[in-house]
Amino acid sequence: MSDVGATALGPEIDPSRRKFLTVAASATAAVGAVLAAVPFVESWEPSERARALGAPVLIDIGKLETGQMITATWRKQVIYIVGRAQSLVDALTKNDADLKDPKSDQSLQPKYAQNEMRSRRADVLVLIGICTHLGCLPKQFFDPGDAVLGASWPGGFRCPCHGSRFDMAGRVFDGSPAPTNLSIPPYSFKDAHTLVIGLDDATAKGVA
Amino acid sequence: MANEAYSKPGLWAWINRRLPVDTFLRSQLLEYYAPKNFNFWYFFGSLALLVLVMQLVTGIFLAMFYKVGEATSFDSVEFIMREVDFGWLLRYLHSTGASAFFLVIYLHMYRGMMYGSYKAPRELLWLFGMIIYLALMAEAFLGYVLPWGNMSFWAATVIINLFGAVPVIGPGLVEWIRGDYGIADATLNRFFSLHVVAVPLLLLLLVALHLIALHEVGSNNPDGVEIKEKKNAQGIPLDGIPFHPYYTVKDIFGVAVFLTLFAIVVFYIPTFSDLFLEKANFEPANPLSTPDPISPSWYFTPYYAILRSVPSKSIGALLMLIAVSAFFFLPWLDRSPVKSIRYRGWVFKTFFALFTLSFLGLMYLGLQPAQGIYVTLSRVCAVPYFAFFLLMPLYSRIDPVKPVPERVTFHA
Repeated sequence: MSDVGATALGPEIDPSRRKFLTVAASATAAVGAVLAAVPFVESWEPSERARALGAPVLIDIGKLETGQMITATWRKQVIYIVGRAQSLVDALTKNDADLKDPKSDQSLQPKYAQNEMRSRRADVLVLIGICTHLGCLPKQFFDPGDAVLGASWPGGFRCPCHGSRFDMAGRVFDGSPAPTNLSIPPYSFKDAHTLVIGLDDATAKGVA
Repeated sequence: MANEAYSKPGLWAWINRRLPVDTFLRSQLLEYYAPKNFNFWYFFGSLALLVLVMQLVTGIFLAMFYKVGEATSFDSVEFIMREVDFGWLLRYLHSTGASAFFLVIYLHMYRGMMYGSYKAPRELLWLFGMIIYLALMAEAFLGYVLPWGNMSFWAATVIINLFGAVPVIGPGLVEWIRGDYGIADATLNRFFSLHVVAVPLLLLLLVALHLIALHEVGSNNPDGVEIKEKKNAQGIPLDGIPFHPYYTVKDIFGVAVFLTLFAIVVFYIPTFSDLFLEKANFEPANPLSTPDPISPSWYFTPYYAILRSVPSKSIGALLMLIAVSAFFFLPWLDRSPVKSIRYRGWVFKTFFALFTLSFLGLMYLGLQPAQGIYVTLSRVCAVPYFAFFLLMPLYSRIDPVKPVPERVTFHA
């Protein structure tokens, strides 16, 4: 290109200067194009309204029976709240050998829920009811030896989409496509009957 | 175009002095020479173009009545079905058109694989075609979400969560695509924009590039013989015939047969027993209830079967990605000296037959529940599927090929 310029436009054209100007202008335009793309890309982030609607939610668990599951939503996510029998909690350690992540080292949960029962209280299990595989809702199969899942089934959840299985602490069994245990949201108890989802310490000062 | 013919008086010449209409029609239709031995398999390119136009026209009209939004989408589709005059027809044409599009494209791709149409000098033509296929998959998925039925919602959930398998940025990427902490109004609204504006524009651009590349290199044919290598004194290929009128007439016949079958589906079996429109999608989206069982549209099921046959999210997603993108590499994986399956040996034919069976098998298995024998069979089918691509550089070289004729074979 530069020698074409030199012959066509005469000897007063400096090809190296021309090349420099072309490259500099192109590079500036490229940087500008990338910067201009930022607002377009950022517009896809959750809006201010969506973020505001992600505030903590209060749930009355006074009427939660053992063996019963209630659902709530927090940040568009389904929250499972399970009244868990002590016998099922005691049997949890027997599953350890068949689990992908028995100690929940690879899974998402607050520190206070990274224990064998994956909860603050043994009788109340709080989970994000979204399969860690591809986001379907695992269904409840709480009865050990369930007719569908076989005599060895210890009780837990099974995802209808791709067959992932979880125990009564939301821990995933080997052979499931789900990579990690069901996640646990930040939560706390305002009092014995009031569960707060989305807040690590509901008794702290200044919390409604 | 300072052609003498255009110096004459008259409107046609006046236009052609300003816009090369005549030159264009001549070079692209009347004096564009296609091989004379096209067969049944050569209907599907023009049919794909027809379906694209049908989808654009019906889509434009559906967008006049559809109201995007969590609270309005589902109801507006029912409004179209029940209260807009011929609204049901517009929607069934569009939903049947989506399935017809994939049927036609799969047959079109299969033709290319049978006759080696991806081989030099048609590599770019093949790549443009493959990008069209990917864009079409995106377009179909986006459109599937718009009625906001319960299958729409959960299909969106599953597909968007696949991006969570991307290392490091996965979770943030998923939230960015959704625009909320779950599938929400924001997601639906941006999918609408992509479905009716962005992807159709991209598709039109890609189709133009596909056709320009085709007319540059010329069509392959069932014998895989380059007709441009044998020309007469005027420079016209000996085995070529003008696209118009010869192939326009042939294509119009194909269109008539296709539209007859298409109309039977639209008028009598629009749901195609749950394959084209699913029962679960006639319930509004419900974030608290996953349909049981869940299965994607039939045209995605081969890849879906592969995805869920692996008990690991990241490896499953990776294998699915490889299964889709493997087609891109065919021009470079195939080391055979011949193009057409007519002159290939038994080794290639065996691999090709196994690939065909495994693709159809996976398509069936992806529609079945994710348990027991179906998962096992999916794993069995995945082996010949991947072997067809991965081992191609080896078996295509040792394949005992037959001699290719000088000219195309043609039995009038």
